[in-house]
Amino acid sequence: MTIQFKDETFRDDYTFSNSDWAIKRFPFPFHEDSYMYAVNMEQHRGGPDGSVYEKRFDVDEHYVSEMRDRAMVLADDPLRCQSLPHMTLAGWDLLELIMVSKSEDYPDLFELHRDGDQWHWINKPLGIDDKFTFLDETSLPYGPMEYITRQTQGDFCVLDQRDDNLWMDAGIVTTQADWSLDFDIGMNFFEWHAPVPLAHEKGIFVRALKFLLNIQQGAPARRLNWTMTVNPLLDTSPENYHKWGIQKTSLTPENIGQKQHLRVELQTFFRLPRSNALVFPIRAYLASFDDLMTVPKWGRRLHRVIRDLPEELATYKGFIDNRPMMLDYLSRYDDGKPTSDGIWPNLDTDPPRD
Amino acid sequence: MSGAEKINVTVSAVVPLNELVTRFEFKRTDGALFPTFSGGAHTVVEMKDDGLTRLNPYSLMSDPQDQQTYAISVRRDDEGRGGSLFMHNNVKVGDAMVVSNPVNLFSLDLRAKKHLMIAGGIGITPFMAQIKQLDRAHGNWELHYATRNAALGTYVDELTSTHPNDVHIYYDDDKNFIDLENLLDGQPLGTHIYVCGPKGMIDWVRGKTAELGWPLESVHYEEFLAPQPGKPFEVKLSISNKTIQVGENESLLEALEREGVDAPYLCRGGACGQCETSVIGYDGKFLHMDHWLEDDEKASGTKIMPCVSRFEGKTLVLDR
Repeated sequence: MTIQFKDETFRDDYTFSNSDWAIKRFPFPFHEDSYMYAVNMEQHRGGPDGSVYEKRFDVDEHYVSEMRDRAMVLADDPLRCQSLPHMTLAGWDLLELIMVSKSEDYPDLFELHRDGDQWHWINKPLGIDDKFTFLDETSLPYGPMEYITRQTQGDFCVLDQRDDNLWMDAGIVTTQADWSLDFDIGMNFFEWHAPVPLAHEKGIFVRALKFLLNIQQGAPARRLNWTMTVNPLLDTSPENYHKWGIQKTSLTPENIGQKQHLRVELQTFFRLPRSNALVFPIRAYLASFDDLMTVPKWGRRLHRVIRDLPEELATYKGFIDNRPMMLDYLSRYDDGKPTSDGIWPNLDTDPPRD
Repeated sequence: MSGAEKINVTVSAVVPLNELVTRFEFKRTDGALFPTFSGGAHTVVEMKDDGLTRLNPYSLMSDPQDQQTYAISVRRDDEGRGGSLFMHNNVKVGDAMVVSNPVNLFSLDLRAKKHLMIAGGIGITPFMAQIKQLDRAHGNWELHYATRNAALGTYVDELTSTHPNDVHIYYDDDKNFIDLENLLDGQPLGTHIYVCGPKGMIDWVRGKTAELGWPLESVHYEEFLAPQPGKPFEVKLSISNKTIQVGENESLLEALEREGVDAPYLCRGGACGQCETSVIGYDGKFLHMDHWLEDDEKASGTKIMPCVSRFEGKTLVLDR
């Protein structure tokens, strides 16, 4: 289908909204009626037509506006994008991966023409038409990682692999769930995950690291992660906590359906060929509670998951204070009927709501 | 097999380099481009050898940016189980073969201010690709390459003619050896060392650098063991509920694959840890050959690396 790009905001007047198309393809993250950490990796090799899994780098109706929001964040705080000196080659790897993927997956939106190292990139939605020399930084207006990720939805961590560990040595992070690239830059896998509760004790990170170190060229992987965000804010960063943290107190029983958003991250992992680094794109999708309740299965399940979530996780994910109000709202959409396995809406097969 | 799709290739050139080493070049059968790779990566080559499927890893030694051709150089091992003999005796231009996507367990540390490479014999192959990668990035490197004599000096001429100042050759037969202590003494801060060659050479470089206080993180080595032949043995597999026989000239990993039992792998040479398998019970003796398991793990009888290690005794039950 042709994507109708929206003109909307993720700050101030919050004009962001999802079309019916975007709601039905929303990556609902709970495959059963409860939630606990798991490595939950699967191969990232396509998925159902139209789903967010189908393409290597999903482009949706929010693309143009998300990119405008990213440019505003970077203008205010250039340290959201950093690349240590040894990561430039990985940046070119990433540029190549995204340009090749997008031009193959969305030929009506993106074109890449290559003649040796002379490359011509056309990004129609953003009105970009650039010719440059591959591996020559002086031929682009930004470094290669920043250039291409200013044109790609989602945050990107580019991880160096050495000494049997992964190192946060480059990235662009403007749509994050309350963590900071500027704080984590140069840290290894265990260091940057240190604040996460429960998962260390379960040995999750040791197993996850072992899996990630062995991700091979041609065999990318993916998983979903989630949290809660009041208002459709992309930039929920520690740097700007003073601006958005207070908004969590603005929820009322009347506005919670519109203001409270489930924030889902589609996390993917690709081995980068020239540098042997690993790129970790983190793509955030937002859906209001009202959006989600249009799918009866998701209404039932979200109520059960939030109700039964361990306190540590509700605290870590930042909604422990609002949980009672959420449950008041969500319980109205849980009629006690069973839910089908898996994340898909199953509108035709799951029972309608009473 | 776990991981990426394999790549169907056609042998495009077979180039004998000297009495022991031959280069094999591959093109993609579908005419598409190969993936680029990073210097130090290997590919796993599938060989259909008289009913056996052998999967042997070889360092990619072509230019990592060359997407038309992959090349490996194979040293003939007359004592081994036959993988290199198969390559030398059976593989001809035009043959169809299957290779894996590149996997790198010996990559450059791109933070290094200088890359000091030490090669022994056929251990030169990963450096061929790394040198091409570094040259393109104007990297600072130096190669010290020990080999038996000029006649067996694989790629010596190519290396010395293109890089006369950065390549240093040592012939054992001339009693010309790398003066390691002096070499290490003169290195600038931020130098990383890479060593690929026989086990003795790797141990020597690791030992000397440790003795001199080099950080462990600055010393990189690649040592894939070739699986050794041994007495046949029987294995019970508890998950797949099978009893399988491991033949004299096949590894336990190969026997698992022959029986359709999925065991993940990367290096197939006892180095990467990917195929680590839990032992449920045994009555007999393990022949641990890998350098992945710690000594206490080997002694505990709870783990085995099926790519290179074997077993002698009555029963062995594995968690596969």
